[in-house]
Amino acid sequence: MVFLVLGIIGAVWSYLHAAQYFLPEASTAHGRRTDFLFWLTMGIITAAFVVTNTLLFTFAWKYQYKKGHRAAYYPENHKLELIWTVIPAVVMAVLVFSGWRAWRDIMSEAPADAQVVEIVGKQFNWIIRYPGVDDNKLGAYNYKLINSNNDTGIDYTDEASFDDFTSTSELHIPVNKPVLLKIRARDVLHSVFIPHLRVKMDAVPGMPTRFWFVADKTTDEMRNITGNPDFKYEIACTEVCGRGHFSMKINLVVEDEASWTAWCKEQKPLLNVTPELADRIPASLKAKAAKYLPASGTEAAPADSTTARVKSAGGVSLATATIR
Amino acid sequence: MATVTGDSATVAHHIEHDHHEPQSFWRTYIFSEDHKMIAKQYLITGILWAVIGISLSVMFRLQLGFPNMKLGFLRPILGGWINESDKIDPDFYLALVTMHGTIMVFFVLTAGLSGTFSNFLIPLQVGARDMASGFLNMLSYWFFFIASVVMLFSLFIETGPAAGGWVVYPPLSALPQAHKGSELGMTLWLSSMALFIVSQLLGGINYITTVINLRTRGMSFSKLPLTIWAFFLTAILGLISFPVLLSAALLLIFDRSFGTSFYLSEIYVNGEALPNVGGSPILFQHLFWFLGHPEVYIVLLPALGLTSEIIATNSRKPIFGYRAMIASMIGIAFLAFIVWAHHMFVTGMNPFLGSVFMFLTLIIAVPSAVKAFNYITTLWRGNIRFTPAMLFSIGLVSFFISGGLTGIILGNAALDIQLHDTYFVVAHFHLVMGAASAFGLLAGVYHWFPKMFGRMMNEKLGYVHFWLTFIGIYLVFFPMHYVGIAGFPRRYYAFTSYDFTKNIFADMNAFISLAAIFTFTAQFIFLWNFFYSIIKGKRATQNPWKSNTLEWTTPIEPGHGNWPGEIPAVYRWPYDYSKPGAVDDFIPQNVPYSQTPESNLPHEMEMIGLEKEIEAQNLNDQFKQPH
Repeated sequence: MVFLVLGIIGAVWSYLHAAQYFLPEASTAHGRRTDFLFWLTMGIITAAFVVTNTLLFTFAWKYQYKKGHRAAYYPENHKLELIWTVIPAVVMAVLVFSGWRAWRDIMSEAPADAQVVEIVGKQFNWIIRYPGVDDNKLGAYNYKLINSNNDTGIDYTDEASFDDFTSTSELHIPVNKPVLLKIRARDVLHSVFIPHLRVKMDAVPGMPTRFWFVADKTTDEMRNITGNPDFKYEIACTEVCGRGHFSMKINLVVEDEASWTAWCKEQKPLLNVTPELADRIPASLKAKAAKYLPASGTEAAPADSTTARVKSAGGVSLATATIR
Repeated sequence: MATVTGDSATVAHHIEHDHHEPQSFWRTYIFSEDHKMIAKQYLITGILWAVIGISLSVMFRLQLGFPNMKLGFLRPILGGWINESDKIDPDFYLALVTMHGTIMVFFVLTAGLSGTFSNFLIPLQVGARDMASGFLNMLSYWFFFIASVVMLFSLFIETGPAAGGWVVYPPLSALPQAHKGSELGMTLWLSSMALFIVSQLLGGINYITTVINLRTRGMSFSKLPLTIWAFFLTAILGLISFPVLLSAALLLIFDRSFGTSFYLSEIYVNGEALPNVGGSPILFQHLFWFLGHPEVYIVLLPALGLTSEIIATNSRKPIFGYRAMIASMIGIAFLAFIVWAHHMFVTGMNPFLGSVFMFLTLIIAVPSAVKAFNYITTLWRGNIRFTPAMLFSIGLVSFFISGGLTGIILGNAALDIQLHDTYFVVAHFHLVMGAASAFGLLAGVYHWFPKMFGRMMNEKLGYVHFWLTFIGIYLVFFPMHYVGIAGFPRRYYAFTSYDFTKNIFADMNAFISLAAIFTFTAQFIFLWNFFYSIIKGKRATQNPWKSNTLEWTTPIEPGHGNWPGEIPAVYRWPYDYSKPGAVDDFIPQNVPYSQTPESNLPHEMEMIGLEKEIEAQNLNDQFKQPH
């Protein structure tokens, strides 16, 4: 009994103390919906928790052994049993139904206008591949083409690949626009976890997965909301993937569509940074690919192609066409 | 090792049955075919494994709670796994969590719990001379023993034991070049588990056969104690699901050693594109969880069965809703097979399947709720004796409720998106299956210790052990939910890499670690009490808890064949406690209705006519002798 009272006090106090860190501010509509369902369910089970544990400990306290006393011979009561079968069943039905509807909506097909971005997990970092500003279409890939110059295995026999660019430092996405993450893994299982966006989906070698969402707060807005001037959205890995599992991070930048478009235009297609990849381009497409290759004669692809790890931002793109 | 400890301890007071030629030391204590000795072998091996398994968790809790602590003092035990800066190596951290999970789930809560109590109680409570096949039963233990040796050995090899999580998902576990723990350690893990599964199947076949075929006269299924129902259903679960794990493990062995591609496809690792295509890592997850989920109930159901018996006995009341309890267990056992994919909501499995499995999963809450309410009602207006076993049983009900409720959140696919693989999951299953099952095991040991060793355990130490453990476990796992709700992923070596985990909850994690060390330390009270009482405990009486079931009708230290003469017949259900009109507040199952006219209910008067019929049966004991 003492345990019960102290336990409840302890639970309430610790809850209030810890609550400030719970479910960090959600930046997606689906996230706020699941958060609501979470707290609804949490409310119901907290009530059930308190009632049942109170009964358990009260009965244990009240009906302690007394010499000469006889316990009640009370083997069953069908009415009572029916009641406590039906009530949980009804509550469960409500929760299942609301949960199922949320799940169905979250997992539905992405809208046709969703911005596609590919995220590839490997030991121990993430690689982002953008579909490029010209065709806004991800090119084909083949894992056998992966090498130190082409870390996502882009297949340059597909002309949609020409303008694709990659990054291992940040994922940039536009705000208030559906984003479809196409998720791949190169070596072992990983899992894309974006805590603030309530996004989680495994990356599976040999089986591309996906998750779409609409982020509705930019990084800057979140800095105001959280009062933390250094706030960054982060992507973590939540499927154990080896030694570096705990630090497999990439930052996520959510920005308004104009600055996102401008940022994309600044990026150089991989083909431009690593012109030796052009070897694979079939003769029939050489002409189309030409504009992505650095002008011949000038110093082609400096340090980047040798280290061939990070090809992030910087420089002016040769691409001239506008997006979409 | 394991058995030697137990055996030398029991040597002192083991009394051979009169009708028997004394057997050699080896046949009695080592390669014994007697179910009671095998149960003790399982129990003591399980206890040793528990000590190892929990100490591993203490090591990684040190890392999580005190990331800056100098752990150089562990070097004598861990050697090279403590790196130059006196920290646990990240690879070894993963090995620790993996081995902690494997050991606790399989070696302690499956073998230690089912192996001990199914072996010990099934023949004694159904009224049989021994298991259906003593020889298979012996094999079952020794396969488990060899599995233990292999697993223990893997802890000491240079590349370390398996380290891909206890679920050993490929490709990580299939590719030695991807992970240190996937080298020899993983091979040994798979070999050990294959042997372990053989052991479980041999045991399970025996349990099922014994319950079906060797029940004594009058022991119909509707008179079986709930313990036996629980063991019976557990054995069926194991028999159906363990072979699937074996096949998953075999395919993984093929992928690792023989170049097949069951689980491997389109992999580029260590600068090399592997030739494997067409496999699916998801296949492994399906196969694994087809066992993995029933496994939860394989460890939980026996604990619930033991608890039902202990709560009824010590409340001096019939268990409330005997039939509802059986129906719930059957319901849980059945549903256990069709909810496995709720572990896989966000693995890329078809979302439609996710919907189906969410629906099926949340149905399990209903029979579970019925069980919880029935336990509580059994206490109501009882006359409760607080033995240590009773306390642990009440504690189990509390954990079962607390941990079960959070399952409602995790079983909901939409909510699982955020919480999957966070500490919320860790807290949930440690309460509902870890702590609850461990409490079932402890309750069972306290309750049946007199029958096992002919002596009593010290009650005072039992109370202290209970309160420290009960409080300790809540202090560990209640705050762990908070850490999970904040989004902390599990199996992280450190939380320093991310802003969302960096500066919060360091104190909470330290607190959890301290509570874990506290709880672990409290277990030494139990160890002392257990081993000391085997040698020096107070002598037990024949029926110390005034219980109704058949095991208490055997001699204080039953010999081979359990009953010296004929096996008693059974006339009534096992829960006639505090029956109005009866002289005592309990009427054992072997007391015929004709001897208790004062307390019989109307329909029970009619049963008197059937007694002759029951006595005439003799299906499982033709010779009426303990041979």
